[in-house]
Amino acid sequence: MADVILEMKSITKEFPGVKALDNVNLKVEAGEIHALIGENGAGKSTLMNVLSGTYPVGSYTGEIYYEGKLCQFKTQKDSEAQGIVIIHQELALIPLLSIGENMFLGNEIKNSMGYIDWDKTFSEAERHMRQVGLNESAQTLVKDIGTGKQQLVEIAKAFSKKVKLLILDEPTSSLNDEDAKMLLDLLIEFKKEGLTSIIITHKLNEIIYCADKATIIRDGSTIETLVKGVDEFSEDRIIKGMVGRSMEDRYPAREHNVQDEVNLEVKNWTVHHPLYPERVVDDNISFHIRRGEVVGFSGLQGAGRTELAMSIFGRSYGTGISGELYIAGQKVDLRSPQDAIRHKLAYVTEDRKTNGLILGESIRFNTTLARLDKVCRGSIIDQDQETQAAEQMTKDMGTKTPTIEQNVGNLSGGNQQKALLGKWMFTEPDILIMDEPTRGIDVGAKYEIYCLINQMVAQGKSVMMISSELPELLGMCDRIYVMNEGRLLAEVDAADATQEGIMGYIIRDTAKA
Amino acid sequence: MTETKQKFNLVKFLTKYAMVIALAVVFILFAALTNRTLLSPQNMTNLMLQNGYVLVMACGMLLCILTGGNIDLSVGSVVCVVGGLAAVMISNMHLPAIPVILLCLLVGLLVGVWQGYWIGYVRIPPFITTLGGMFIFRGIGRLVLNSKTVAIQDPTFLNIFTAYIKIPGLDDGKIKLSPIIVGVAAAAWVILSTVKNRRDRARKGYRQNSALGDFVKAGLIAALILWYCWQLSQYRGISVMLVWVLAICLIYNFITAKTAFGRYFYAVGGNEKATKLSGINTDKIYFIAYANMGLLAGLCGLLCASRVGSVNGSTGTSFEMDAIGSCFIGGASAYGGSGTVGGVVIGALLLGVINMGMSIMGLGDAWQYVIKGGVLLLAVIFDVVTSRKSGAK
Repeated sequence: MADVILEMKSITKEFPGVKALDNVNLKVEAGEIHALIGENGAGKSTLMNVLSGTYPVGSYTGEIYYEGKLCQFKTQKDSEAQGIVIIHQELALIPLLSIGENMFLGNEIKNSMGYIDWDKTFSEAERHMRQVGLNESAQTLVKDIGTGKQQLVEIAKAFSKKVKLLILDEPTSSLNDEDAKMLLDLLIEFKKEGLTSIIITHKLNEIIYCADKATIIRDGSTIETLVKGVDEFSEDRIIKGMVGRSMEDRYPAREHNVQDEVNLEVKNWTVHHPLYPERVVDDNISFHIRRGEVVGFSGLQGAGRTELAMSIFGRSYGTGISGELYIAGQKVDLRSPQDAIRHKLAYVTEDRKTNGLILGESIRFNTTLARLDKVCRGSIIDQDQETQAAEQMTKDMGTKTPTIEQNVGNLSGGNQQKALLGKWMFTEPDILIMDEPTRGIDVGAKYEIYCLINQMVAQGKSVMMISSELPELLGMCDRIYVMNEGRLLAEVDAADATQEGIMGYIIRDTAKA
Repeated sequence: MTETKQKFNLVKFLTKYAMVIALAVVFILFAALTNRTLLSPQNMTNLMLQNGYVLVMACGMLLCILTGGNIDLSVGSVVCVVGGLAAVMISNMHLPAIPVILLCLLVGLLVGVWQGYWIGYVRIPPFITTLGGMFIFRGIGRLVLNSKTVAIQDPTFLNIFTAYIKIPGLDDGKIKLSPIIVGVAAAAWVILSTVKNRRDRARKGYRQNSALGDFVKAGLIAALILWYCWQLSQYRGISVMLVWVLAICLIYNFITAKTAFGRYFYAVGGNEKATKLSGINTDKIYFIAYANMGLLAGLCGLLCASRVGSVNGSTGTSFEMDAIGSCFIGGASAYGGSGTVGGVVIGALLLGVINMGMSIMGLGDAWQYVIKGGVLLLAVIFDVVTSRKSGAK
């Protein structure tokens, strides 16, 4: 038996209103590649942030033993000093600096005078770059090399920090197959030299390919650890572990009374990336939503669901948008969010804090913002009417707040979400696009949001629900569209669908691509 | 009754009215230091007139700052261009005053449109755009004036901006009566509107502030108005310029506090993304903020030209800093999204009282700069620290 290099014991981490990690245990042996798997929001990244000291000791409960010693990291620097290096999903390189400068950023090699020793910096950089098989000059600017090579720079940077435990968060998500395979082979190579890695990935085929063990996290708890060669180590087995939670009564019952009339229809919708117009974000997507229907959109992060929703909502995202849009049978051309709101479309944004609400303003201010004209006489705001409208909406949504003058920034996540919903209900929409409507809020508040959604469809409205939580989609929707990498893969009836089935579509498609 | 008795909270009270209290303290301090010279009718009249240009520009600057702490550095130069244009057209070309005034305001607006276009629709950073504007328009101003000082003597022009209102029969004596009439009317209006407001709230069952608090506040404001008008009546009465300045302040107070259009500035500064997704054209809001700033800077150019009576190549130098300073002293957030016209007026008056008090005491420019800068920094530090403590963003 190899030595245990890392042991995390009963880690619990709470954010205001949510328990992100609940009694998580993780044991990693020296010299293995350990995969960490779970759905979006399961708590993988949070766990790694606890380990690296991004969340300092004291902000979580539980203990971390590394090489047999109890660790109390206050910052990421502390963990790096011990040889624990994390490479984040978003590359943390500065494009306009050279590879060498990036590698030693914050860690500069200085001569006796206290100046940066550039010769040594670049030669050291190149030594580590050779280790990872990167044949570039250390003086090349990072922006001039591809993403695959940038990923290698990150690993070389980790080596320059004398890494013993390397954590990679979705290292291959921005790489093509060839680069991804090279990276994985590199990890296997390093394993032989004694490096321990923890790899977080959605691509199960990669796990089967390179990992020795896989720990599955679900809803902030560790479910199980599968060991290659001991347990069954297959994609199906891992999917089962990822999604196998019970449904219970977490979703309010609803009479499914879908009407025949199609409320929203999208045909051959294609969207390009706003900064890289040659990149297709949504590829020829067609779908429809009937009156009284909740239609789910399932997929991993980056599947193009939010982009699809935003591009429909008055071209709020993307360039080179083509395709046709029909609302209640009428062909429409929505050029701005104003147009969309006028056509009774509402987009309840993902990430309520940055895209949805004005945190420094009151519930009243936020509620009426999208349709101020409704409480205006001429262009003057009728404060009585506004107050009444906001109070009514707060009551309808069940937002818990002392007064409507409360800043939304001071509300809990669930109440913020209700305030956001109230803001959009105030626009009297016919079609609601809800993007991750229950992210980061507790189970009770989720239930209340679900009830509100049911009320809306009972009134004959249509709801397009984007969610990364499969059980939520299965519990709430009439139909579910499955998306991956900008394409619509499948349309399934929620009554017949299973989590394994939907996950299977995505995983198989990802493996194929 | 829905009157909720709130316990009087001294700390909260002091925080909320910190700048008003500071203004009062500074005022009393300088009144004492100058042996009450500061309080003379002439000085009190001049306090508003000397700072009129700051008040007008600060109203426009507030809109820019609300959109996200963005400032307009070019306003001082715009004052020079517009003032210079007015002087040249009236004195050198002998054109009639009214068309000249309209043309000059149009030029101010066009300058604003020019800058607003780059800032709002092309998204050039406001700092850069208006820094460019500051140089460009200063230069154009000197070209217009041919680097000379041009005086304005046209009576129509001067009457429109700087004369004192003289109603025959009222303002002939030593004590002018029209300020007193205006003052009494305004004071009565303040009291009556407070009464009406409270009655409306009671009828509709809204949350009510304590009666004592409301009436003390209204009483203080009314008393202040009466006192100031009494001061005016002892000197030369009401200046037209004062009317201009008050009108601008009231209009912008109304826009920012009561209209949907005004609210969008707060929304953009609070969270631009969310505002955009709420169906508000945020590009247009930026554009209007700067176009409007140009218009007000133009008006300011006219006010300055007529108050000073002449324009030269350095007219308006560093006016932008006074306007920006007033906004921040008056509690506008350096990140945008909060600030009121009332606060800005108090900020401008605070600077004005300090300037005037120090001038009367004979302290030179040097000290005035030091004190001004210190006050600005202190005010913002106070703002940041108290809002951090109260847990707001």
